Amino acid sequence: MRRFELAVPTSVDDCLKAMAGQGTAVKLVAGGTDLLPQLKNSLLNPALVVDLSGVKELRALERDAAGGLRIGAAVTARELELDPRVRAEYPAIAESAALVGSIQIRNLATVGGNLCNAAPSADMAPPLIALEAEAVIAGPKGRRRVPLASFFQGVRRTALEPDELLLELVVPRPAPRSGGNYLRHTPRRELDIAVVGVASQLTLGDGVCAKARIVLASVAPTPVRAPEAEHALEGQPLTAERIEAAATLAVSAASPISDQRGSAEYRRHLVRVLTRRTLITARERAGA
Amino acid sequence: MAKLILRCTVNGEDVEVLVSPYVTLLDALREDLGLTGPKEGCGTGDCGACSVHLDGKLVASCLVLALQARGRSVKTIEGLAKDDVLHPLQEAFVRMGVPQCGFCIPGVLMAAAALLADNPRPTESEIRYGIAGNLCRCTGYTKMLAAITEAAGTVAAGKER
Repeated sequence: MRRFELAVPTSVDDCLKAMAGQGTAVKLVAGGTDLLPQLKNSLLNPALVVDLSGVKELRALERDAAGGLRIGAAVTARELELDPRVRAEYPAIAESAALVGSIQIRNLATVGGNLCNAAPSADMAPPLIALEAEAVIAGPKGRRRVPLASFFQGVRRTALEPDELLLELVVPRPAPRSGGNYLRHTPRRELDIAVVGVASQLTLGDGVCAKARIVLASVAPTPVRAPEAEHALEGQPLTAERIEAAATLAVSAASPISDQRGSAEYRRHLVRVLTRRTLITARERAGA
Repeated sequence: MAKLILRCTVNGEDVEVLVSPYVTLLDALREDLGLTGPKEGCGTGDCGACSVHLDGKLVASCLVLALQARGRSVKTIEGLAKDDVLHPLQEAFVRMGVPQCGFCIPGVLMAAAALLADNPRPTESEIRYGIAGNLCRCTGYTKMLAAITEAAGTVAAGKER
């Protein structure tokens, strides 16, 4: 590994001070599962690494005043996978967290790392976007909130300025009679990267679907919503035919590439299949 | 790029060691503390040969900076036995001849020990899931499953020492 200095702050303010004026010469490390491999093969060569593991504020996992969930950026995938409240109220988040790497990885890997690394295949992004989570960002000028949907700007590019850090995610409490699901396809069952991932989140109204959110991963430079498919469901009864039609419409939101994990055509096929399956599970969980 | 003092607990003993900021926990354990049980297989968190417990949780020590272990408790395969009495998992692995080349075994044992600590009576699929992050290139998984199953019986029955 190339040499670097290490800062070990204990507060967000001290983090920001350590990062100030460093530009792109500074990298943050939380779980290290994405950063260390990149340091080891010299894809990154920071002069300074700031260790977030001593910053308590980043580890919050609690209900906020509005009844939603605050997830600190340094909460691990394993914590989200096992937390009883997350499993009960936000099962798609727990499901996506359980798919990240192995147990050895999930005990280190953090939700903030998964999002800030901004891989198109990041498993934890789609359910959080479908749940309309907001990212709380801390910087020298104070704190700001952005919808997670607009946090991603390209492959490995986010809305963060070099002197800013992701503090936490705020996930609104789903309305009554809501349900969600995240599924991905991988050739192997464990320790693989999504060929396609799909999160669906539904809220039921009076005999019809009141709200639908469908988010796709690994089929574009960033996670993307499938608005046409969502519109096809909202205000309609959630019949098998409607779900099938929405699944077909979701394909139009995908702009996949062909690579060693799968061809573009195969990915489009998977979008349809996984959208249908996640919608069926989301409907069931919503209590239909 | 001065070295910094790392203070932590390793296998129950307080440790103080000077490490460079860019050194991994795995390298500090092996090179500075002489604990060569954890192995470097891939160095990127894929193979599990470097698995140790950090504050009781199974982690890939090749992905942890040594200084991130400050103030925390580390357990390696060297700390699994208590006072020369093998852990039931180790005993079962020895008795059933699980190791072939042996390179993956310290990591597998730490993964299995973490599993049994949380879930003393795992099903076969839970055992498979529990060691899914550990690759054995001798492909000796069948005997691992048998030995972990047997040791789990011992642990769950409270016969652990």
